[in-house]
Amino acid sequence: MSRPQPQGISADLALVTGLKSGDQGAMAELYDRYSSVVYAVALRVLGDTGAAEDVLQEVFLQLWRKPSAFDAARGSLRTWLAVITRNRAIDSLRKRRPETDIEDVVLSVAPDLAGEAERARAAEKVRGLMGNMAPAQRSALEMAYWEGMSHSEIADKTGEPLGTVKTRIRAGLIVLRKAFQT
Amino acid sequence: MSEHERYSEDLALYAVDALRGEERARVHEHLAACAACRRELEQLRGDTALLALSTTGPRPPQRARQRLLDAVAREPRVPRIVETSPRRSWWGVLGWAATAAVVIFAISLWRENSVLKGTLASASSQAAKSAREMEELRRIAAPILEPEAQRVTLVAAKAPPQPQGKVFYLRKRSSLVLLANNLPALPPQKAYELWLIPTSGAAIPAGVFKPDAHGSASVVDPALPAGAEAKAFAITVEDEAGSATPTMPIVMMGAGE
Repeated sequence: MSRPQPQGISADLALVTGLKSGDQGAMAELYDRYSSVVYAVALRVLGDTGAAEDVLQEVFLQLWRKPSAFDAARGSLRTWLAVITRNRAIDSLRKRRPETDIEDVVLSVAPDLAGEAERARAAEKVRGLMGNMAPAQRSALEMAYWEGMSHSEIADKTGEPLGTVKTRIRAGLIVLRKAFQT
Repeated sequence: MSEHERYSEDLALYAVDALRGEERARVHEHLAACAACRRELEQLRGDTALLALSTTGPRPPQRARQRLLDAVAREPRVPRIVETSPRRSWWGVLGWAATAAVVIFAISLWRENSVLKGTLASASSQAAKSAREMEELRRIAAPILEPEAQRVTLVAAKAPPQPQGKVFYLRKRSSLVLLANNLPALPPQKAYELWLIPTSGAAIPAGVFKPDAHGSASVVDPALPAGAEAKAFAITVEDEAGSATPTMPIVMMGAGE
């Protein structure tokens, strides 16, 4: 979503290794690679440029402090940063202490989206899938993911039973998963 | 419905942080024991990543880059943490008289207890008392003796002679022993306080203590919440009544693996 990154994941690994030895140049390089995605996610959650910039700052500082929290065996740095950023932005939105330590955010990602065009296509596909979901399902998933609402808050807001909300959120995620399974 | 299936919907909620309170704690606890659910959680987080990555927006303002790099330049590097390999025999790790005394005391009482159980089988009340004592000892000594207990060495960042603390923490029993040496003397009405730094949430008080004239101190089996997962341990100086939250600075700190 930013400039082309011909060096890809192996370069990410080298840069993260650089962080471990205190290389500030590696930090600058990683910022140039991923600040756009981090900022976009933070802004989507917070809707406020100042607050999004604060989260951007916090996410990269966390990476600087704990580069070993990123497990390269489990997917790309881009993906991990996107998930960490969403979590931190939600914490900021809900004005709560961080609920999950970055070291605990382990994820596995099926699609390995190396190129800019491929990522753009994937993002478009996700937006299409969301658009095709039943409105109640899409909205339950969005309220949970982008607004950080608990399942009981969603149930209160929509007037639906808790069990229905639970099912909708899980089923929504599975729809995304299946669309990317080869 | 299998246990795994029972948790499947809650795992999706957990992956998007939509669970609160007890429900969240229950899933958290289950995850600690269930590899299949941990894998499913990783998968679900991967699914949520698709959502996150579908977002596009403007670039961050130019000033943000310099702000970050300035902040990075100001950041102290992480203090050196001396870790003790959990695989190393604790005999090799524990060189101290205090530790040896605790262990020898525990083992001798265990043996004594076995003898008592054999010879006083008919004296049921004594045997029951003895069994209670043994259980108590087993509980106290478990974090020292059981191989799976976390063993963490805490060191001060500077200043010889080096104060040292060793924490033995057995999460499944919420049982902990701290043994510390070379601690600096405290100002009047102050005490040291040990903190369990959990993997998420606020620091948990894990005992208030004062060193003796030689700078040695111990904490045995402080009150701890059940199953708290420890990321690190730290020691601060507090009023002697203890505190609910740590007062900076941290004087000693250590993390396990």
